[in-house]
Amino acid sequence: MEDFWAAAIWALEIWLYLIISTIMIPAMFGFSLGISETYMTILVQTLEWATLKIQKANADERTLKSSPSNGLIQREDGSMEKELEELRRSRPKPPVGGDFTLSDCFYFTRRGIESIVEDEVTQRFSSEELVSWNLLTRTNNDFQYISLKLTLVYGLGIFVRYCILAPLRITLACIGLTWLVIGTSAVGLLPNWRIKFWLSEWVHVMCYRICARGLSATIRYHNRENKPKKGGICVANHTSPIDIVILCNDGCYAMVGQVHGGLMGVIQRAMVRSCPHVWFERAEMKDRHLVTKRLKDHVNDKTKLPILIFPEGTCVNNTSVMMFKKGSFEIGATIYPVAIKYDLKFGDAFWNSSKYSMVSYLLRMMTSWALVCNVWYLPAMHQQEGEDAVQFANRVKSAIAHRGGLVDLQWDGGLKRAKVKESFKEQQQKQYSSMVVGDDIVLFHNTT
Amino acid sequence: MGSSNSSVNNIPNAQELMQETGFSAAHILRLHERFEFLDKHKCGQLRPQDFGAVQELALNPIGDSIISAFFSPGQETVDFASFVRILAHFRPTDRNQSRDGAQQEPANSSIRKLKFAFQMYDQDRDGKISRAELLQVLRAMLGIQVTEEQLQSIAERAIQEADLDRDDAISFDEFRKSLEKVDIDHKMSIRFLR
Repeated sequence: MEDFWAAAIWALEIWLYLIISTIMIPAMFGFSLGISETYMTILVQTLEWATLKIQKANADERTLKSSPSNGLIQREDGSMEKELEELRRSRPKPPVGGDFTLSDCFYFTRRGIESIVEDEVTQRFSSEELVSWNLLTRTNNDFQYISLKLTLVYGLGIFVRYCILAPLRITLACIGLTWLVIGTSAVGLLPNWRIKFWLSEWVHVMCYRICARGLSATIRYHNRENKPKKGGICVANHTSPIDIVILCNDGCYAMVGQVHGGLMGVIQRAMVRSCPHVWFERAEMKDRHLVTKRLKDHVNDKTKLPILIFPEGTCVNNTSVMMFKKGSFEIGATIYPVAIKYDLKFGDAFWNSSKYSMVSYLLRMMTSWALVCNVWYLPAMHQQEGEDAVQFANRVKSAIAHRGGLVDLQWDGGLKRAKVKESFKEQQQKQYSSMVVGDDIVLFHNTT
Repeated sequence: MGSSNSSVNNIPNAQELMQETGFSAAHILRLHERFEFLDKHKCGQLRPQDFGAVQELALNPIGDSIISAFFSPGQETVDFASFVRILAHFRPTDRNQSRDGAQQEPANSSIRKLKFAFQMYDQDRDGKISRAELLQVLRAMLGIQVTEEQLQSIAERAIQEADLDRDDAISFDEFRKSLEKVDIDHKMSIRFLR
């Protein structure tokens, strides 16, 4: 019995030393031993092989699925003007009484039914569907049994992910977070010398690197010359809380958020000891002026780190960018847009907060193959003359959507749980009325 | 959407619905998911306010008419079967369909599509679009963008054009005649993928 425990402890020690030497030390100093690269190469080759196998078996059925759309229906792209013109083609335009026909309602009816069956907003809050299976249990929708080899590889994949990778990643994540708390608290004890800032940055980046290894994250940064600088605000599209780890791997940011209790609270308090972040009490968040003022103060202090904000306010499924809330764009600071796009093949990073709690989401992340994403730094943007905050926000949003290959939507992600205001109908009514009455204003007055 | 492995068999009357409406099993499954999403209170029935969750529908000028089309007169809730039957009107018309006399008119035939559009105007379902009903729908579609006079003028002309028996209302036959040149099948169809 004694021997068993001694052996177990000895094995555990070896395990820890291995982790520290092969993963932590490279992470601390920013170099790589090439282990994760090898893993990724093997993984990519395996998935390609699996895809080929599946495609061969379903050669005829798969032609439709080449578009990565999540959709149930195919929506017409025609504008209101175009469609109503087509509907009216069958009869000549009447001289008086407005250009209305009974068939005009076809357009609105069809659009209404389309939106009942599937609407642009809720579609963006469920996980994107894969074109072909990536050997994960969770994406196994309607894929049937193909061959014995594939099933064996799938089984092997389960074993590797749950029994080897997951414990490793959980250990790493725990080490990373513990070290973050200890390290930042230790740095916080130092007086405000220049070395304190340097150390604080180093500790932060190191811990985030360990956490990134804890998720097997492969991140590619593009256009690093546009990296956010001090005194600015960095805005990015939001897919999950892991976005923070992704961005902080390559630089230090000041976080903005609500003060939490429990473990999050411990981390928040530790972080704020070494360099200033902006944490709000729950009551303070409601006071917009207070929020704006605190952010302005932070930004105007040129020694403080750039603030990281996600203007969508909620996690979206990484196929589109939803409306940016204008709050961060009213401060008047330089905006550094960043686009983040995850590669779905290796693991779905979207956090569906109505479906999964934070803990089960993190566990899902740790039992995926890996996390592959691209980060693009876009050139800095300023608010232009005569442009209000909403227009500025939309301009930034379009730039991010364009760079990341995401769909640019004007819908408010926060409304996924709330109702829409009545006044929004006006836009459609305006557009339609210009088609019915618009050109004939003069004629109308002549006849009445 | 996601990783659910539920099968069509969990849905009551799925086979009947498939046969009646022509939807495939995959479509019924997706529509059921959609129904459950809209049914926030999980009671198996939808109420008019449940449709309010759809942002795009709130923007639609005749959104309220479309919602009321789902509810039979006097009924306040709609179950999944009725939901699917209404949506079946919008399946593309099957060109090669040959009908024998005994078979019922399929849901997505041109006539049924036309009847659905007729209902958008004929809110009280009495088979005629009265002047008042037309004015009401026009007001919904145009909002405050036009004056009362302009509205009356538009309605007057529309009725004059379509009303053949001079009873100051548009019956279904008159509606159909007035729109006989319009490609209803294309304009009132939604293409369902896979």
